[in-house]
Amino acid sequence: MELIRMTDAGLYCVPGGFHIDPWKPVHKAVITHAHSDHARAGSEHYCCHVHTRPLLQARLGATSIETLQWNQPVTINGVTMTLFPAGHIIGSSQVRLEHGGDTWVVSGDFKTVDDGISGAFEPVRCQHFITESTFGLPIYQWAPPETIFEDMRHWIRQNQENGFNAVILAYSLGKAQRVIRAIGEDFGKIYAHGAVANMQDLLINAGWQFPPVVYINPLEPPPSIKGAVILAPPSAESSNWLKKFQPYKLAVCSGWMQVRGNQRRRNADRGFVLSDHADWEGLLTVTRATEAAHVYVTHGFQSVFARYLNEQGIHAMELETAFGKEEES
Amino acid sequence: MMRLFANLFVDLGNVTRTSEKTALLANYFQQAPPEDAIWVIALFSGRRPKRIVNSTLLGEWCRELTTLPLWLFEESYHTVGDLAETIALLLPDSGESHSSLPLHQYIDALRQLESSTPEEKKHYIQSAWSELNRTEKLVFNKLITGGFRIGVSQQLMVQALAEIIPLEPSQVAHQISGKWDPATTTFQQLFDPGAIKTDVSKPYPFFLAYAVEDDPSGLGEPDEWQAEWKWDGIRGQLVKREGKAFVWSRGEELMTEKFPEYSLMLEKLPDGTVLDGEILPAKDGRPLPFALLQTRIGRKNVTRKQLEAVPVAFFAYDLLEWQGRDIRELQLEERRALLEQVVTAVSSPQLLLSPVVSFDNWEALAGLRGQSREAFAEGFMIKRKRSSYQSGRRRGDWWKWKIDPLHIDAVMIYAQKGHGRRSNLYTDYTFAVRDGDKLVAFAKAYSGLTDREIAQVDAFVKQNALEKFGPVRTVKPELVFEIAFEGIAASGRHKSGVALRFPRISRWRQDKKPDEINTLEDLHELLQRYGKT
Repeated sequence: MELIRMTDAGLYCVPGGFHIDPWKPVHKAVITHAHSDHARAGSEHYCCHVHTRPLLQARLGATSIETLQWNQPVTINGVTMTLFPAGHIIGSSQVRLEHGGDTWVVSGDFKTVDDGISGAFEPVRCQHFITESTFGLPIYQWAPPETIFEDMRHWIRQNQENGFNAVILAYSLGKAQRVIRAIGEDFGKIYAHGAVANMQDLLINAGWQFPPVVYINPLEPPPSIKGAVILAPPSAESSNWLKKFQPYKLAVCSGWMQVRGNQRRRNADRGFVLSDHADWEGLLTVTRATEAAHVYVTHGFQSVFARYLNEQGIHAMELETAFGKEEES
Repeated sequence: MMRLFANLFVDLGNVTRTSEKTALLANYFQQAPPEDAIWVIALFSGRRPKRIVNSTLLGEWCRELTTLPLWLFEESYHTVGDLAETIALLLPDSGESHSSLPLHQYIDALRQLESSTPEEKKHYIQSAWSELNRTEKLVFNKLITGGFRIGVSQQLMVQALAEIIPLEPSQVAHQISGKWDPATTTFQQLFDPGAIKTDVSKPYPFFLAYAVEDDPSGLGEPDEWQAEWKWDGIRGQLVKREGKAFVWSRGEELMTEKFPEYSLMLEKLPDGTVLDGEILPAKDGRPLPFALLQTRIGRKNVTRKQLEAVPVAFFAYDLLEWQGRDIRELQLEERRALLEQVVTAVSSPQLLLSPVVSFDNWEALAGLRGQSREAFAEGFMIKRKRSSYQSGRRRGDWWKWKIDPLHIDAVMIYAQKGHGRRSNLYTDYTFAVRDGDKLVAFAKAYSGLTDREIAQVDAFVKQNALEKFGPVRTVKPELVFEIAFEGIAASGRHKSGVALRFPRISRWRQDKKPDEINTLEDLHELLQRYGKT
């Protein structure tokens, strides 16, 4: 590695003098997206996509934030940096670095399906590609989102008929917005946990168009609702807050729901295989499209995906990072 | 239709409450063609069609279609933990089903392929894969690999069937028990009460007990209850009708051939007799450790040497049919009196009465319970003297009061990913005790940790894996656990020299360091005390 080196704070661009998604406070941090395992507090200066800015302000209390648009190159100490859409969540970006004829791309987290919110993923050619591998096993093949949301609507309808509320667990930043967009107000107002409601307020204030959600305060008596849709982050799963909505059925939205055992372990009534990450085919297609001569595989099934790429004639190695700890709020 | 069954399978996996499962099943039985329903009853009670393809070939045919290398297929399997599901997930999926065939036609087709060439089997299976959607592929694969373990107990199925056919649940349970072949039995025939006369082998559904909470003093007056040793053997029924004898295990496996020493005793048993009891190794009327029986139970043919080394007796504790009459409605006291007559009349060293243990008060019984291990029992069964013989696991009349397990503190040295509910997590561990400065593996255990603890141990394994042997990781010997087990026996097959009965993790000793664990000597001491034959 020359242009980018691994340090104890994370990925570091040597000539540029900045880190990308560092896990320790640094002088200058370029942030791919606002999930907590990639965007950490304490750095002096931040640089990110313009859509990520309000999120960093709210989540990290960051003040010194420089923002960029996609496809808008900037030069930092002679290194040309350009952000490209990663399709993962709002503002998520791939970071392309060019210096002395060397091109690197740090994918951050990405998905290849256009969710209509996060921007459509754009493959970027480079010589060195640092990719995630969260779902880097061939058992992970996603169905089209429309199919999943159709199942979700069917499930909600069924619960309504049987007098159950439908509690849907989804990350407050990312999947919650997708669910809110897809379900809309088809089943009346969507009720939300504080984490989801706050995120919606934040995004709406930042100019995004979303149907409003109804915040349910944990300290107030339970609302008398029946057959409603309630959106909460995964951390609410075993909370007292959920008990307000009895009788309810619980669904989890996650790529891990692909395997039946995981679904049963979560004790969910239903698992929707809805992910903000690329599936196996997505990872392969993107990696091939970069035409990179060197691929560095991070968080997920690193060893599997790296080995498979090597067998396919793409030089790849594992790269240990601190990414991939599940976003909890 | 195949889809109907696939949906049932998925839905059953999605609900947790018994009432919901029963409703799903009843609903299915109402909708499904009877030719499918009979197979579903069979599949959910462990009567699967003969296996026609092994896992290796099935995997090969899947890889041929997916062009995945073997190692990647195996990696996928270790993450999913189930072959049928792995294959269903790996195969390309259009998201749509192009099949309109009912379940039984797939089963019939598979059965007809039994004597076909591998090439013909492959052709059929691959073409079936191409027309089925993902969940249908999953259940189709399960038809081949067997095992529909989805928490449908016999009792649950009985409840569901009793809702849609005009028979009492106890009658339904009796009808679907025993030896019947879904390929040659129709739904109608299975539930024809007259049919029992023609199937002389049919056992009764077993009556099972729940554990008493804390101690039995809450059960009331001691003299309303009968105590018997709870044996650590194979629960079984001896059925003798029309000159023919059958030995059934609780798992409804016909085991007559496994116990040739029973033949003389069975011959002497009068026709129209069904006994409930325990299959146990015994010498001179006294039980021996169960571990001895395990050495011969897996064998296809029992050798003369094994017959002499581990003679097996039947410890009878109940009489269900007497003089051709179903007497399950009689009170336990009355059945016991008849049982004693029957056993005395047969007068065989292979047929023993499981003794009634007399006691004046619950404290006295608690005292006797402390001697269970010496008696090769695992505690007491406490039965209401006025109880009828019911079916399935029920609260109220029969209770088991097991002794506290034995304990050893040990360190985890290997870990492996679990299956099913625990796939993709390191949940299966191997434990070691100290022997000087070495560590000696002595037990594998799966259960006993909370999901949160499992996640912590899983993270530890992922960070501290030393070596890889296929799916097994050797890990830094650092985490200490208390291992509980029910019994211990000498074993030549294990490096430690001991085999444990029902080992499991009783708690995570985060307060202990690996140098504080028990030693091999401690294990052998337990063996001396409790494992002598």
